[in-house]
Amino acid sequence: MADMIEKIESAVKENKVMIFMKGNRSFPQCGFSAATVAIFEELGVPFATADVLSDPELRDAIKRYSNWPTIPQVYIDGKFVGGCDIIRELHETGELEPLVKAALAATSAARG
Amino acid sequence: MDPKEIETMIARGIPDAQVEVRDYTGGGDHFEAIVVSPSFEGKGLIERHQLVYQALGDAMRAQVHALTLKTLTPAQYQNRR
Repeated sequence: MADMIEKIESAVKENKVMIFMKGNRSFPQCGFSAATVAIFEELGVPFATADVLSDPELRDAIKRYSNWPTIPQVYIDGKFVGGCDIIRELHETGELEPLVKAALAATSAARG
Repeated sequence: MDPKEIETMIARGIPDAQVEVRDYTGGGDHFEAIVVSPSFEGKGLIERHQLVYQALGDAMRAQVHALTLKTLTPAQYQNRR
């Protein structure tokens, strides 16, 4: 369990946009995961995914980590941002893109 | 699970909430809910959804496979119409 939490923490730290989902970006295994991935594809930003179906321990741990009972879960800049509905809503209101861009800009500034 | 049951659980957990739940697929495990409550005032979307999930408790983990959520304050609900 502790190992799993460490794994989650390093995944959300290393990837500015990290999506815990069912399946992967090419083959999502659930409509909500597919819709979430499609939004980030549309934004054209880099993101990483982890498949909870292939790892039951991860599926359990991620729900505890965020105190959130459903998959997918999106983390931006290490912070839990929401599931499919919230991402959809943030995208519709135009809040998602600046949030992602700010996170990505922070990385390149730190590297530069 | 019956949509009415879910409505009751959410309404019980969130005081003053107006709740409308629809069975999304007819299969009794995919639902769509609109929850309007003054207690969402000043809260972000994560907190609002967490309030709903808390109200559903174990049912959320066991019976409900998927729940599409809209959480609005009364003012936001008025603006939508």
